[in-house]
Amino acid sequence: MVNAAPATMETRPPAPPSAPALAAKVSPRFPAVAAAAASEGRNVIVDIDDVDFFYGATQALHDITLGIEAKKVTALIGPSGCGKSTLLRCLNRMNDLIDGTRLGGGTIKIHGVDIYQPDVDVIELRKRVGMVFQKSNPFPKSIYENITYGLRLQGLKDRRKLDEIVERSLRGAALWDEVKDRLQASGLGLSGGQQQRLCIARAIAVEPEIILMDEPCSALDPVATAKVEELIQQLRSRYTIVIVTHNMQQAARCSDRTAFFYLGKLIEYADTREIFTNPAHAQTEAYVSGRFG
Amino acid sequence: MNAATHVFRSTAGARRGERAIFWLFRAATWFVLLCGAAVFLNIFVKGSRTVFKAEAPFINTTFLTEAPESLYIFEWEGKKREMGDREFRAFKEQNPAAAHVATESYVYSAGGIWPCIVGTVLLVVGSMTIALCLGVSAAIYLNEYARDGAFIRFVRLAILNLAGVPSIVFGLFGFGMFVIFFGWNVSLLAGWFTLAFMVLPVVITASEESLKAVPKGFREGSLALGATKWQTIRKNVLPYALPGILTSSILGIARVAGETAPIMFTAAYVVRDKLPWDVDRLGDFFFQGVMALPYHIYVVSSKIPQNDYTERVQYGTAFVFLFIVALIATSSILLRNHLRNRYKW
Repeated sequence: MVNAAPATMETRPPAPPSAPALAAKVSPRFPAVAAAAASEGRNVIVDIDDVDFFYGATQALHDITLGIEAKKVTALIGPSGCGKSTLLRCLNRMNDLIDGTRLGGGTIKIHGVDIYQPDVDVIELRKRVGMVFQKSNPFPKSIYENITYGLRLQGLKDRRKLDEIVERSLRGAALWDEVKDRLQASGLGLSGGQQQRLCIARAIAVEPEIILMDEPCSALDPVATAKVEELIQQLRSRYTIVIVTHNMQQAARCSDRTAFFYLGKLIEYADTREIFTNPAHAQTEAYVSGRFG
Repeated sequence: MNAATHVFRSTAGARRGERAIFWLFRAATWFVLLCGAAVFLNIFVKGSRTVFKAEAPFINTTFLTEAPESLYIFEWEGKKREMGDREFRAFKEQNPAAAHVATESYVYSAGGIWPCIVGTVLLVVGSMTIALCLGVSAAIYLNEYARDGAFIRFVRLAILNLAGVPSIVFGLFGFGMFVIFFGWNVSLLAGWFTLAFMVLPVVITASEESLKAVPKGFREGSLALGATKWQTIRKNVLPYALPGILTSSILGIARVAGETAPIMFTAAYVVRDKLPWDVDRLGDFFFQGVMALPYHIYVVSSKIPQNDYTERVQYGTAFVFLFIVALIATSSILLRNHLRNRYKW
């Protein structure tokens, strides 16, 4: 992982020596969690089962099993290098772009379909599973063209329809009022927070079912972060959101379920409230209370 | 505080060292400037005598719009006359008595260089088109599709080595390959491909660098929206790399326009009466040789006896050549700036 941790973590002294010791104490697998989720009648849309993932010879994920629920916000937390972004990028197969990566074992099913089967159309998958990146990446085109990019790829040319979707997406991303008078201006002229919301608007323009967010606020100031978080709250009713974050307050504020990762293993997965108030594992407790990370 | 002992006092030695380094770099820059200025001024001063003239329209239109001719100099009715070939013949028809007048003649010293200008522009446009198509495609393959491995490293090394091959070798290769083996004869087509191969390393290397400079985020963002790889490259990578690619091709243009060795066996004629568009069939256009400015300079300055009249042609041609290269380069720069403003990032 190349993600920079928020400043608060970087300025802290190096991880305490107890961290590896802690890891050793925890058993690697918690299939019971997903099983429990299923048994409680939760609506699991993404079913990650026993996944191992490799960068060349390095194993980044060990036996990850977790079920992501429809129309909920699931937060993946953990220190840098714990594999949370890797897992996120497995869900729309963005890891395919990196040479030497492979799914070593296990399955990832969306609506019961194994997305790593050879007959899966990755393009179709990515239309269904949108993504917002850590560093906002609006294209150097107009705001309008940014939003319509995905739609035009699908061959949509009807100007009126495009206009309609642009407005709907920008409203959906709480950006419409700020940019409605300059849709033809470059997306790069927007502020950092606006750029990130533009990327969210671009993602929802193609009507995905699931939106993956890879530390969407790590480069934003607190005000912009608050706006994006507010937006996540609005989106949760329509989309399934998986968010990777370094900011534990953010996970606590805007997610329904939280998964804590450490050194490529899923340590604990539970309701967010549970994770932050009554974690089952000492390691989770240590991390969420800021004692290491 | 005593000035001699305060803590921030720099030593005389350190200051001298700094100053020496500063002057070394400054002198180097000035020296380069001086060399460039000497070359350009020399060509400009001597060339402008040929290209410009004292009376209206101040430009020597004959030199720019006519083909080279032989110059005849003779005494007639007590006056010294200088005439080009055609003018001299017309003169002799009007004055039959002049038929046997004693003349001095100098080849290529009258008329102009219009066919050379046309030939050079055609060679540049054609070869740069071929070089950009091939080079950008190869760069896209190397940077976007190919996986880094021993083979790709070898290909890159081969491209770099190609840049070091002397241009005369390209000329001989083009002669063997296109002129003889493909049977294209001495032709525009053979010259285009030979010159294109010569600038390919520059174009490929620079295009690859430009593609690399496009942020990864643009590719990922596009792919995450359900674009295929080719859609991503075409719509969201290549347009942003174009300004950089054009910058490199400006260097390529100067090189293609100026090289003599690759075209002397493949495309260039010493003299040709017809202009390139004087062809019976469209297909013939590609299979005709052309005159070219650098080759004309070479011929006039090395293949015929030297005198003041040939020197005039040489400097005039060099002047026009520099002007044309500057013109093509300027238009590429304008195009690049236009693209840059359109896709700013």
